[in-house]
Amino acid sequence: MSEPKNSEPKVTAELAATYGVTAEEYKLFLDILGREPTFTELGIVSVMWSEHCSYKSSKVWLMKLPTTGPQVICGPGENAGVVDIGDGDTVIFKMESHNHPSFIEPYQGAATGVGGILRDVFTMGARPIANMNALRFGSPDHPKTRHLVSGVVAGIGGYGNCVGVPTVGGETNFHPAYNGNILVNAMTVGVAKADRIFYSAAAGVGNPVVYVGSKTGRDGIHGATMASAEFSEDSEEKRPTVQVGDPFTEKLLIEACLELMATDTIVAIQDMGAAGLTSSSVEMAGKGGLGIELVLDDVPMREEGMTPYEIMLSESQERMLIILKPGSEEQARAIFDKWELDFAVIGHLTDTGRLVIKMHGKTWCDMPIAPVSNASPVYERPWEPTPARDEVSESVWDNWTISLGDTLEKLVACPDLASKRWIWEQYDSLVGGDTRFMSGQADAAVVRVPGQTKAVAITTDCTPRYCLADPVRGGAQAVAEAWRNLSAVGAKPLAITDNMNFGNPEKPRIMGQFVGAIQGMSEACKALDFPVVSGNVSLYNETNGEAILPTPAIGGVGILPDAMLAVGIAFKNEGDVILAVGETKGHIGQSLFLREILGLEDGPPPPVDLEVERRNGDFVRGLILDGLVASSHDVSDGGLIVAIAEMAMAGGVGAFLTGFDDQHAKVLFGEDQGRYVLAVNPAKLAEVEARAKAAGVPLTTLGRTEGTALSGRGGEMITIERLRKANEGWLPGYMAAAE
Amino acid sequence: MKAAVIVFPGSNRERDAVAALEAASGTKPYEVWHRDTELPDVDLIVVPGGFSYGDYLRSGAMAAHSPIMREVKARADKGVRVLGVCNGFQIITEAGLLPGALMRNAKLKFICRTVAMRVENTDSAFTAKYRPGQIVRYPVAHHDGNYWADPETVKRLEGEGRVAFRYVGDLGQADPAHNPNGSVNAIAGIFNEKKTVLGLMPHPEDAVCALHGNTDGKPLFDGLVEALS
Repeated sequence: MSEPKNSEPKVTAELAATYGVTAEEYKLFLDILGREPTFTELGIVSVMWSEHCSYKSSKVWLMKLPTTGPQVICGPGENAGVVDIGDGDTVIFKMESHNHPSFIEPYQGAATGVGGILRDVFTMGARPIANMNALRFGSPDHPKTRHLVSGVVAGIGGYGNCVGVPTVGGETNFHPAYNGNILVNAMTVGVAKADRIFYSAAAGVGNPVVYVGSKTGRDGIHGATMASAEFSEDSEEKRPTVQVGDPFTEKLLIEACLELMATDTIVAIQDMGAAGLTSSSVEMAGKGGLGIELVLDDVPMREEGMTPYEIMLSESQERMLIILKPGSEEQARAIFDKWELDFAVIGHLTDTGRLVIKMHGKTWCDMPIAPVSNASPVYERPWEPTPARDEVSESVWDNWTISLGDTLEKLVACPDLASKRWIWEQYDSLVGGDTRFMSGQADAAVVRVPGQTKAVAITTDCTPRYCLADPVRGGAQAVAEAWRNLSAVGAKPLAITDNMNFGNPEKPRIMGQFVGAIQGMSEACKALDFPVVSGNVSLYNETNGEAILPTPAIGGVGILPDAMLAVGIAFKNEGDVILAVGETKGHIGQSLFLREILGLEDGPPPPVDLEVERRNGDFVRGLILDGLVASSHDVSDGGLIVAIAEMAMAGGVGAFLTGFDDQHAKVLFGEDQGRYVLAVNPAKLAEVEARAKAAGVPLTTLGRTEGTALSGRGGEMITIERLRKANEGWLPGYMAAAE
Repeated sequence: MKAAVIVFPGSNRERDAVAALEAASGTKPYEVWHRDTELPDVDLIVVPGGFSYGDYLRSGAMAAHSPIMREVKARADKGVRVLGVCNGFQIITEAGLLPGALMRNAKLKFICRTVAMRVENTDSAFTAKYRPGQIVRYPVAHHDGNYWADPETVKRLEGEGRVAFRYVGDLGQADPAHNPNGSVNAIAGIFNEKKTVLGLMPHPEDAVCALHGNTDGKPLFDGLVEALS
């Protein structure tokens, strides 16, 4: 192997600025070092202090989120959150963005997003049991959208299908605000025994530092820095910073790590994610209050002549860093040999508190870890609140001129409501044999805990148009909807992971969206006992100054005592009574009806009453667990009538509706929160009504399940066949138009 | 019935196969690693689904040359039943236990959905518990399930009753719209000459219990247990 050049570029404030280190930050770094940094040191500090790794704009606000509860075993700060699910079992989960890479190279960007989040979860000792994803694309009319949808979906499938973790659900929205910045948020849920959880804090001076997995190449250098800046028209030139995924190696890495974790050899373990070897070594040593010395000559490499700078900043995928107990190297090596993965001792822990990097007999970096980590800048950026929107004028209804049937047909075919079958059929949703409900079957995915009766329910939620109009309400609504979707299948909501996707935080208006969303989320998490246990922040989602809609994507997880108790959305029987749970006022501001039928994105989003939310959800969950409910669906985009249409399409059973007679149309389409539609066997109706009365929950009879159409006293509104054609037709038709 | 499930690096439906076999037979099957060169004394060998060796070459092509496959072929020659599902079908076809090849799906995309098939021949341990012509539904989850063989071979397969399952509509209608991957003659699964080896793309092991919402795959395992116990 050829030696790196002995003279690295000379570091100056100007050079530092090109690496995203501001003049003030550079001065701070000089003060800490007491000398000029080497080029390798500059590279390391530029990623450590990048927005992506340091959370410098968001940290002060993230601290305000509730993160504790009796169910929480490990909250934010580790690779993923850990929550107790009883019987000595835990569920470990996190959601993470891979937005910038996915826009530049959709297949690899999305694929490596899945790979990264899987590693965050199995690093902690969990076997991954489910993947989810929350995707936001630009307008369907934008020339890039089709190509991005196609690449992202293929990338998620290509990776998830191969590693053998079922992709069981998610959400996909389209809006012009994402034209230049799509969002790809991937979530993994795993299960582990409570006494077999692995953390990242290093311990034991002298203990070996072990590198396992793929070899290191030049891919992904400075990916974290790219994720910390706005895009411009030359973003295409950043393609070389996107990493390339190898799901086969990931599958082997999962099996090898889980096999190693069953032995008693690991002190600490962490995946090499953003900023690769730099982040993992600094974080592990830093958390343990120790130093670390690495000899880069021993790092497995797949390219010739790599410099220390390149090795430390490479974001090559499918790699892990492990601190082993002394003397256990050979036992561990045998496991990685079996799985045909690289295994190399690349250094050891020290008591100096310094990061020392050697190669070719020379020292390329020698800097104190704690002072640099702790000095990582924290900004209280100026922010301004989002102005409140005026209520929508009653006169808008004059513009509603098409029939109810035509309105429904148009709504279920709009890009946000249209069936995403074209997407989810490209994902293996069944591997493992534990999937009870996947996309389209229920409000939350339901996956049995392997080898047991109980099941985990998982959902991802956010309504970005609500967040834009009122970030506080929108933040609360995202959390409440996740909680509601879990309750709607019968699961007890446990905790959430959040993926905060926003624009440029240096703009007070955008920072105000972030602050507002955190406030709303925080209120909802507290009121619903639904703490945040892990998360990720993605800022600078702007292109040429145009920001995305504020998108605090929420991944919610709940637990069911028995997978078979879960209830899906499909109408199953004729003659069931259709009930609305919760009060309907007909809030039309920011509704899909307003946008899709009347062409207005106006008004405030619906208010969220967290006390009512909790009361109604507890009521519905109780009914489901006692076997009183045949079908259950939360009411969200499109209101009551769309919820009913979705239940009819899913089950192939129609409805005869009497509950809307003499009602204003806003009752059909309003998006008031805290509501559910249930189908109940008539023999169980009295019991359900008695319970509603006792709990003080408003219950309205809407009609009964019947036939093959939605109809009422005025005759047929629309057939299921026509609804399905519209709902199932849009996405395949849109994607085929390109081919 | 004693069974062995072969595990390659990249196999991912071995747990599903193990669960289905254990539920049907009451006995946990052996899991045999690809580098092993010997098989325990078993009545059935299952080659499960997944992406063996990543399938970066042709699906199943590398696994077909792994050490354990020599032993699988030797046992198959002696009449031990072999079931290859999905990637397992690709592997045993690449290994020469079955004729033809599995190409990329006609629409070039991975596809995961439940499909209807007609049981074309019930004269085997695999299919004895089905009625002739019965319509069954199994899920598919594959990228390379487009079965192809030369016209002579297809003619022979059809003539010898070696087409085990054929993709059809829910009501049994033959229609290209119900052929999920473009397979010749809508072939979903085939037997060897003695009907002791079955390869198929759909997953009977993911349709065996109430949790799956579909138990159409259960008779396949029950039939094997009855014939081989």
